[in-house]
Amino acid sequence: MPEGSGKIQVRCTVNNKAVTFEAYPMARLLDALREELRLTGTKEGCGEGECGACTVEMDGALVNSCLVPAAQVEATKILTIEGVASGERLHAVQQAFITNGGAQCGICTPGMILAAVNLLRRFPEPTEVQIREGLSGNLCRCTGYTKIFESVVAACGESERDA
Amino acid sequence: MRSHVPSYEIETPKDLGAALDRMANEPGAWKPFAGGTDLMVLLEAGKLVERRFLNIWKLPELKGIEITSSHVILGALTTYTEVRSSEVLAREFPLLCRAASETGSVATQNRGTLGGNIANASPAADSPPALLAYDAEVEIVSSRGNRWKAYSGFHVGYKAMDLVADELINRIRLLRSKRDWKQHYRKVGTRRAQAVSKVCFAGAARMQQGRIADVRIALGSIAPIVLRATETEKMLTGEKPSPAVRQAAQEMLAREITPIDDIRSTARYRQRVAQNLLVEFLEMLAT
Repeated sequence: MPEGSGKIQVRCTVNNKAVTFEAYPMARLLDALREELRLTGTKEGCGEGECGACTVEMDGALVNSCLVPAAQVEATKILTIEGVASGERLHAVQQAFITNGGAQCGICTPGMILAAVNLLRRFPEPTEVQIREGLSGNLCRCTGYTKIFESVVAACGESERDA
Repeated sequence: MRSHVPSYEIETPKDLGAALDRMANEPGAWKPFAGGTDLMVLLEAGKLVERRFLNIWKLPELKGIEITSSHVILGALTTYTEVRSSEVLAREFPLLCRAASETGSVATQNRGTLGGNIANASPAADSPPALLAYDAEVEIVSSRGNRWKAYSGFHVGYKAMDLVADELINRIRLLRSKRDWKQHYRKVGTRRAQAVSKVCFAGAARMQQGRIADVRIALGSIAPIVLRATETEKMLTGEKPSPAVRQAAQEMLAREITPIDDIRSTARYRQRVAQNLLVEFLEMLAT
């Protein structure tokens, strides 16, 4: 097996904090977040971009962190589930998931919440179709989706003050 | 099992020229890496054969949508999200917008690129049938210069392209000539989001007094490459899309495509669905 180039230093902003971490260039952002930065809120599901459990925002756009190599994280702004609340105050989407039973086992929840937060930033008053499409990359095997959908509907209008 | 991450190298060239020089000096040693939506899946499966990659994701020369009076020119790094949010594409090239919106999910669409979709050369890719229906051209660039070529004919066999080791897809060009054509796109997959196609259909026709004056029909997942059904197109040209013509076109299409059984579907199902989608298109033309 050929030698790679060794680890690289990656500088970026995670949850509004400038950070530097070391990683192999092909290491997944998912692993860098969990293992280098100890941000274990981001979950691994399928590892191949199908399930959305590892969803984070990169420069404001939703991405599957299992499909982003560390080399492409340099100079980006990352938002993970740990950065969604403002201090102790939950984001409207988080509160709505609690109030409406939008979370069960919790594995899909961080990705689901990131997808919903991103959706409401793009469409503050989304249609039903926009909500369903906005969440379509996030799989949940517990809730049957109805309570998640209802949580996002409940968060609409509430989220602007958090944006 | 995941590939051995430390044995991969990714270099970020400072500009397109530097990337092309790298590819010219060591032909075949460096593979372009854009949004990673295909390559990282191979990595996870332990099937990423190449070891050295050029990170082209941020190269501005490969980005952006340029609109001229005659063409829409898409940088190879145009993402599906960018395709979906372009007004001119929505108005004049709806097949491409439909393809973009039916590929993966929001996260995939933010990272997946048109150039990547072409270069990955999957016969099941969703944007190539739309590109074929619009007679797209691709611009290939290398340190030796650049060349435009018709996208039709770019894929020469399963995962084989008219692209040599030092070349990169630079831009994709669409002639703004089909805005008055009737157009139809349909992807059939296991579920609405995140599914790879079982069959994908893109059709466009110019109608004149109820007759098909000119037509493009392209399909995905029904042959080793994404295919234009040129014989079926020829047969339909000049015809009214009557029931008898629809029947004959279905039979012609069945002779042109060579679907296979694989993990996602069967040859028989694909053949029938491809024929049904053709009929759906021809019925739409008749209305």
